[in-house]
Amino acid sequence: MLRNLFRREPTPQEREQIESAVQKTRQGALGHISDLFRQQVITEETWDELEDLLIQADVGPTTAIELVSRARKEVEKEELKTPVEAETAVRRQMVEILGRDEHEPLEEMPAGTIILMVGVNGSGKTTSIAKLASYLEQRGRSVLLAAADTFRAAAIDQLRVWGERVKAPVVAHQQEADPGAVVFDAVKAAQSRGLDLVLVDTAGRLHTKFNLMEELQKIKRVASKANPEAHIVSLLTLDATTGQNAILQAKSFLQSVEVDGIILSKLDGTAKGGVAFSVYNELGVPIWYIGTGEKVQDLAPFDHLAFVNALFE
Amino acid sequence: MFEALSDRLTDIFTGLRSKGTLTERDVDTAMREIRMSLLEADVNFKVVKEFVARVKERSIGAEVLQSLTPGQQVVKIVHEELLRILGEPARLDLQTTPAVILLAGLQGSGKTTTAAKLAHTLRKQGHHPLLVALDVYRPAAVDQIVSLGKQLTIPVYEEGTREKPVKIAANALNHARKNAHSVVIFDTAGRLHIDDAMMHELKEIDHQVHPNELLLVADAMTGQDAVQAAEAFHQAVNLTGLILTKMDGDARGGAALSIRQVTGIPIKYMGLGEKTDALEVFHPDRLAQRILGMGDVLSLIEKAQEQYTDDQAKSLEKKMRTATFDLDDFLSQMQNLRKMGPLTQIVEMIPGMRGALKQAGGMPDLNDKQVKRVEAIIQSMTKAERRNPSIIDGSRRKRIARGSGTTVQEVNQLLNQFRDMQKLMKQLMSGKMRIPKGLMGL
Ligand SMILES: Nc1nc2c(ncn2[C@@H]2O[C@H](COP(=O)(O)OP(=O)(O)OP(=O)(O)O)[C@@H](O)[C@H]2O)c(=O)[nH]1
Ligand SMILES: [Mg+2]
Repeated sequence: MLRNLFRREPTPQEREQIESAVQKTRQGALGHISDLFRQQVITEETWDELEDLLIQADVGPTTAIELVSRARKEVEKEELKTPVEAETAVRRQMVEILGRDEHEPLEEMPAGTIILMVGVNGSGKTTSIAKLASYLEQRGRSVLLAAADTFRAAAIDQLRVWGERVKAPVVAHQQEADPGAVVFDAVKAAQSRGLDLVLVDTAGRLHTKFNLMEELQKIKRVASKANPEAHIVSLLTLDATTGQNAILQAKSFLQSVEVDGIILSKLDGTAKGGVAFSVYNELGVPIWYIGTGEKVQDLAPFDHLAFVNALFE
Repeated sequence: MFEALSDRLTDIFTGLRSKGTLTERDVDTAMREIRMSLLEADVNFKVVKEFVARVKERSIGAEVLQSLTPGQQVVKIVHEELLRILGEPARLDLQTTPAVILLAGLQGSGKTTTAAKLAHTLRKQGHHPLLVALDVYRPAAVDQIVSLGKQLTIPVYEEGTREKPVKIAANALNHARKNAHSVVIFDTAGRLHIDDAMMHELKEIDHQVHPNELLLVADAMTGQDAVQAAEAFHQAVNLTGLILTKMDGDARGGAALSIRQVTGIPIKYMGLGEKTDALEVFHPDRLAQRILGMGDVLSLIEKAQEQYTDDQAKSLEKKMRTATFDLDDFLSQMQNLRKMGPLTQIVEMIPGMRGALKQAGGMPDLNDKQVKRVEAIIQSMTKAERRNPSIIDGSRRKRIARGSGTTVQEVNQLLNQFRDMQKLMKQLMSGKMRIPKGLMGL
């Protein structure tokens, strides 16, 4: 039953990538969940400790409490006695809370698709663009990068270096140029050069800055003006070390550019990325990819089952 | 989403009050709320445990149970305990010449921008700073700091990306001595605390330059992992302080409390924006308020000040005081508010307003369309009508609706809103509501 929640089996290579990223997570708090259920009997304390572990993993108090009570109800209703059965219940609730996700893989999206990479400062947008570019090229799609961060010092240079490394053309204007104009030119350039997807690197912005959030909407409008047929995908880069503020971030970006999916970056650290549970639980925005390092190959499609399973091994 | 702790506690205690005396059980309920609130603010769960235990101990004391305002008493205790942990703002130690500052932290925490801000701040204090680019890994990291240096006309020492950072650091120090710089600020690459090679590099740089200040730069949005990362950095290189970045957002900043509690290092500065002057000395009280989810009035004032010139604010204040605030002013207020962001968000920053709002059934957000409509309606009024809306009778309303392409209902709605606003102002001016001075512009 769980299996058909997922669009496809991850390739062995993808599985390995997820595995290695989640390794750290497993060694941290969420890894202890299995230990917790190795005990002989389930007690009140078991549930309390489970709640603590989830909170420690940045799941957030509200979602943690909900998760525990859902698992607990299931255990009581089904009269599960053994810790192993209980563990399965917890696991099932965790998969469920991560949500059903049936998005079309980026590599299968129609030519002309425009991907807007958005997020707060330093979350990993530019690096993720490079990783995605390489990921898509490996799957036979051609890409063009748009340097729409015209604000941060040397952001354009940064994208140019990545463009060279992943052999993708970069469309850029001057520092402080209108980001909308950059996107317009990039979309037109991709069309005339017959390139499949445009990846737009936007400036980092705190979701509370009203003007900057409006600027994002404008960038999106310009993109669809440049190519009215284009499918526009907005991806939010979320740093896995982020705590509960991630929910507010996702909410604002969702309101401004209708975020389709999340790239959860920096999962190679010790941060548990538990915020993924809350973001989906509260806002319904699914994780699409995970970032597991600073190199172009450090990106993997997010796979719920693999993710949750790996946490329990 | 996050209710201010004071609202919550007041609610709880009001409920409890009705059944007479408070018991220890009741205090437990309050402690649960405090726990939730701190966890939502990203304070580390272990730190929260100790904290709540301490607050509980103090709360069981008679002062709370017998108080007429137990909710406020508990909030007071929480606030005091927070301030105790946060400590006093500490100054930078820049005794030697040149003084050396080394910045370290995770990827994306804001080190480079902070380096530029620090240089800018120190120059204002009469220093002659040198910035040094030691991030040879991230693409264009050197260009970034060079470009910031150019903006500020502060010299930057760099050797591109070929040399090892330790060597660049040594050369930079010599360069600083030769050129009589009074302070040298080293920007390092972001690194994971579990990356042994990179942590080793940081230690080498530390040994090479013997910093007066080795500052951890941490993002205010960091979650539970903040403690683990900070402890690892502290163990590796003996941090002397913390700079908390991205405080201009709405993160509650609980990570700072955790870092301070487990490492004991003082918090020195807060980053409040992307501009190079957006660095402030740490204010414990402001951070404590933040963590508790109490309205950040100061941020609100800053926000308001961005939109209003002094003259505008003064003339507005006068209008409010003399009750000559008219529909034209109303329109321009609305346009100004629109620039600041959704109204709800602003109003919620005012302490106590959240509760008042909830009672009033929430506040509508202004969108472009609504502002345009208000504009159209007010512009269809005569000067006399704008100055004195009470003369707008039925037939005038019809005319205005026709002229602005709206309905009479919409015109009525606007006039009601205006009347409410006038009422609110009267209350404010009569001192029934506490309002910070800088907010007059609103
Ligand atoms: N360890 C690790 N570091 C990452 C990952 N993704 C990005 N980074 C690093 O995080 C830092 C910031 O990444 P950027 O891609 O520049 O982030 P950004 O969101 O574009 O930043 P701004 O444009 O300044 O807002 C860089 O040092 C990256 O190397 C990841 O998955 N793991
Ligand atoms: Mg970037």
